[in-house]
Amino acid sequence: MDTFDYIYLIPLIPLLMFLFLGFTARKIKEPVSGYLGTAGLLAVFILSYYTAYKYFFADGLVDGKYQQIRVMLKEGWIHFTDKLAIDIGIIIDPISVMMLVVVSTVSFMVHIYSLGYMHKDPGFSRFYAYLSLFTFSMLGLVLASNLFMIYIFWELVGVSSYLLIGYYFEKPSAVAASKKAFIVTRFADMFFLIGILMIGYFGQSFDFMTLNSESTISMLNSWIANHQVASFLGLSVITWALILIFIGGMGKSAMFPLHIWLPDAMEGPTPVSALIHAATMVVAGVYLVARLFPMYYHIEGGAALRVVAVVGAFSALFAAIIALTQEDIKRVLAFSTMSQIGYMMMALGVSGFDGYEGLGYMAGMFHLFTHAMFKALLFLVAGAVIHAVHSNFMKDMGGLHKYMPIASWTFLIAALAISGIPPFSGFFSKDEILMAAWEYNKIIWFVGFIVAGMTAFYMFRLYFRIFHHKDTQYEHPPHDAPANMSFSLIFLAVMTMAVGFISFSEYISASLKPFHSHIHWGSPLVIGSIVIALVGIGAAYLMYYKETEYPQKVAAAFGTTYKWAKNKFYVDELYMYVTHKIIFDKVSKPIAWFDRYVIDGFMNLLGVTTLGIANRIKFLQSGRLQDYAMYFVSGVVAIIIIVIYYK
Amino acid sequence: MNIDTLMLMRDEIFLTAIILLMLIGEILLPIAKKKWLIHIGLLLFLIYTIQSFFPQKTGELFGGSYQTYPLVHFFKAILAVGVLAILLQSVEWIEEELLPYDFTAEFFILLFSSLLGLNFMMSAGDFLMFYLGLELSTMPIIALAAFEFFNRKSIEAGVKFIMLASVSSAILLFGVSLIYATTGSIYFDVIKTNMALPLMEIIGLVMIFAGIGFKISLVPFHFWTADVYEGAPTVISNYLSVISKGAAVFVLMTLLFVTFSTFGAHWDYILYGIAILTMFIGNLFAIRQKNMKRFLAFSSIAQAGFILLALLSHDKMGVQAIVFFLLIYIFSNVAAFGVVHIISLKAHTENMDDYNGLYSTNPRLSWVLMLALFSLAGIPPIAGFFAKFFLYAAAASKGYYILVFIAVINVTISLYYYLLPVRAAFLRRSENPIPKIHTDIYSKISFVAIVIGLLVLGLYSGVFEYISQISNIF
Repeated sequence: MDTFDYIYLIPLIPLLMFLFLGFTARKIKEPVSGYLGTAGLLAVFILSYYTAYKYFFADGLVDGKYQQIRVMLKEGWIHFTDKLAIDIGIIIDPISVMMLVVVSTVSFMVHIYSLGYMHKDPGFSRFYAYLSLFTFSMLGLVLASNLFMIYIFWELVGVSSYLLIGYYFEKPSAVAASKKAFIVTRFADMFFLIGILMIGYFGQSFDFMTLNSESTISMLNSWIANHQVASFLGLSVITWALILIFIGGMGKSAMFPLHIWLPDAMEGPTPVSALIHAATMVVAGVYLVARLFPMYYHIEGGAALRVVAVVGAFSALFAAIIALTQEDIKRVLAFSTMSQIGYMMMALGVSGFDGYEGLGYMAGMFHLFTHAMFKALLFLVAGAVIHAVHSNFMKDMGGLHKYMPIASWTFLIAALAISGIPPFSGFFSKDEILMAAWEYNKIIWFVGFIVAGMTAFYMFRLYFRIFHHKDTQYEHPPHDAPANMSFSLIFLAVMTMAVGFISFSEYISASLKPFHSHIHWGSPLVIGSIVIALVGIGAAYLMYYKETEYPQKVAAAFGTTYKWAKNKFYVDELYMYVTHKIIFDKVSKPIAWFDRYVIDGFMNLLGVTTLGIANRIKFLQSGRLQDYAMYFVSGVVAIIIIVIYYK
Repeated sequence: MNIDTLMLMRDEIFLTAIILLMLIGEILLPIAKKKWLIHIGLLLFLIYTIQSFFPQKTGELFGGSYQTYPLVHFFKAILAVGVLAILLQSVEWIEEELLPYDFTAEFFILLFSSLLGLNFMMSAGDFLMFYLGLELSTMPIIALAAFEFFNRKSIEAGVKFIMLASVSSAILLFGVSLIYATTGSIYFDVIKTNMALPLMEIIGLVMIFAGIGFKISLVPFHFWTADVYEGAPTVISNYLSVISKGAAVFVLMTLLFVTFSTFGAHWDYILYGIAILTMFIGNLFAIRQKNMKRFLAFSSIAQAGFILLALLSHDKMGVQAIVFFLLIYIFSNVAAFGVVHIISLKAHTENMDDYNGLYSTNPRLSWVLMLALFSLAGIPPIAGFFAKFFLYAAAASKGYYILVFIAVINVTISLYYYLLPVRAAFLRRSENPIPKIHTDIYSKISFVAIVIGLLVLGLYSGVFEYISQISNIF
């Protein structure tokens, strides 16, 4: 078998690029820095595709099972105990290679697209430096061979996301959004870290291959069965550790109730939203669950996995309802992303393990892959539209089809894909998710089914309102984006159409063994999901293709529900209430009072006393020689008297 | 006695030779070329410093009057480095203030003689050598304190110093004679075995302690400190506060730990009380000072109080804590005094208020000052933090928790006043701050070396490990 020793180059190139661009950002101007960054990403792109080819078609499959290859860069980097150490290594297996392809493709496209989008921006070089940093972190996260490394890169991703969301740092809303994103995800990461430490403690390793091995899992399961480990609320502490790790994933992947940062994060430049908040960082949580899938599935009968399924399904529905009502196109896309990631989580949650039973796992990964392509495309088109119209709001758009044909067609392709219309890629992945859900639990399936209809509706609401709907008079007639931006759109549109035909189950499965799955065209499930998508599109057509009165009537019919959905179910306000009214007012303020008046007061008292004493004794240092000599001798005499007295 | 055994006192022989060479140079060189003396003196002393780092055998001379062992040899090397740093800082002062009066050679000769005295004092094996060394170290330094004879304060410092030094010497000698009366010997070894602990011996020890306490400036023997430091040339204050004090602490340590080790409980409560008094008096007076030299004088008194903590431990841990602390203390204080010296020389002010806005004009000097004061205050990760920490650890290991607690209170007080000059330099604004000072190359070398030393000693444990290796003096 050939080696993958070169693999460390993939994260290293963007890191070097970040350092170089970061240190020279003031010297190197547009567009050189952009070309440099893009060239670096091209190298990563080529290496990633080469790795994918090599792994899936040459070296990966041995005896009907995909190998997990670990490239060790440093063994025993930090030693906790004799047994427990952190290594630095890279893991190569189907999902990490697939993620390499996703990250490098989207990142490369975003690099090219930004050459046009960020044109004449004063922070052009800084932007490319941040992009490189983010790409490095994300690639590191994907390739990390153990939980601790993934945690390090997890935080790095958080930091670079913070930098990119707050890229327009002169805008207060961007600053607030970046802080919010960082704090919310960081809050989730606290649980993640606790989970990592617990897993490390019980599993005696941080390494994914060791943790996922049958011996570790059966050891832990026997402990649970024999009540050798503590339990809480009927679940063993190991399951709780997995749930804590999942909470970390919920933070990054914007699952309810930790999703509040994602809509605000749209304050960042749109290419950033496409890269981070559509295709890469937000799916880190899905990737994390997939990474530890054997543990999730086998430990205590998959108790933690049921949590994943429920949280995923609920988030999918919750976000889809909100997306129906939003007016800002990027926010619609943000909630759509949240909903689709909920879908992926749900797919993992309903999955079995071996062979065809592992359909959910495969479908989740498949959907991650296809979603990355079409959602990045949607964001990039949205960016082009915003760029042309100078507004984020649908009311300022309409009739753009004739001005921006490329944007319109590519958006339509992506919208068809996400709605699940064959033969576009989203159909295949979504259908397999629904199939897996049907076999697991009918309620979950029904949620997925409804969400599919809603998705089709809100995506076409978006499409019609941007590109048709009404003839808006524009001050400057908008036109299609320049070549470098349009190239990315077209490339991703081609990907969106093509990737659905990959037979994913040949490559990705929970047990690492390829299996066969194909769409049963005649089955009621498939027909049902196509029908619901068409119903959604049809409804959107009736309401939004031309200006009509239906939208107001429907909104009025739903009354309070509409108002709640439009205000995102007041989750933000709830957070504000809890943090400001309860934590700040009831906890922080009394503590601050105590600190200010009791602690500081005591310290001030000490200070005043000290100064007072210093003032009282200053006469001792009179400057007179005879006094000094007298004090000296009396000191000796005093000591002698004390000595005699105590003797 | 042959050359090999004589070479046991290599340091002292070398130093004596330098003194003689300087004397010859003074006679031979014509007035116009007296400037060379500075460079000759520096060069010779550099060679002396380097040789002092070469290993030395353990042994004794003159029937036990003179002893040498690795720890004392190492400590002599530390003192040599300290003196070298002070000399480097004083080149410009010598050129400006001493050269016109043709006092260059005298300065070197007196300073080296004082160091020679300290070396003999530390290596002493009996009270006679000890006393000779003590006086040899004190007398030249009194002359140096009064060196700026055109300056009334300098003369005042000299007079106060010589009077009080005489009183303290008299008391010390009286103590020695009491010890001699009960044990019949002046040799430390014999005293140790003959000790029967009658009251007279304890009183003798109290008096010896007072004599050494005078040099360390322990309360209540400290009154001369501020006045002399303020009046004497800054270079000499620097020498007094680190070199002379360091050697005296070393001697007190060996006396208490080895010769008078049997006193233990009959004596420790005195140390305990004096430690508390010294820390509090030093700190409380330091708070009020506006003159930088007086400020550093009281700060050095307070620092001496902290050293007493480790003197209570009577074991190897105490020895290594004290030696390491002295090493760091010498570095920090030489840097602090060095900055004060340069500003006093160039801007003719020693007032803390004049330091306002120093950072805007002299950023590098401000950084050195800050680093030195932070080290004295014991802020991690600068070396001073670890030095203080080991002192506490030594005291705590013997159960003196209350004393350690009192010491921590005192550190808090000291933090306040150590931050005052830093605040003045960095945060306070001034209409007319001290103008940009161009330091000469020698001072720069000295400062750079000290700063590196402070940072390295704080982060690199090799030196402490070496000290710990050679600390077994019992």
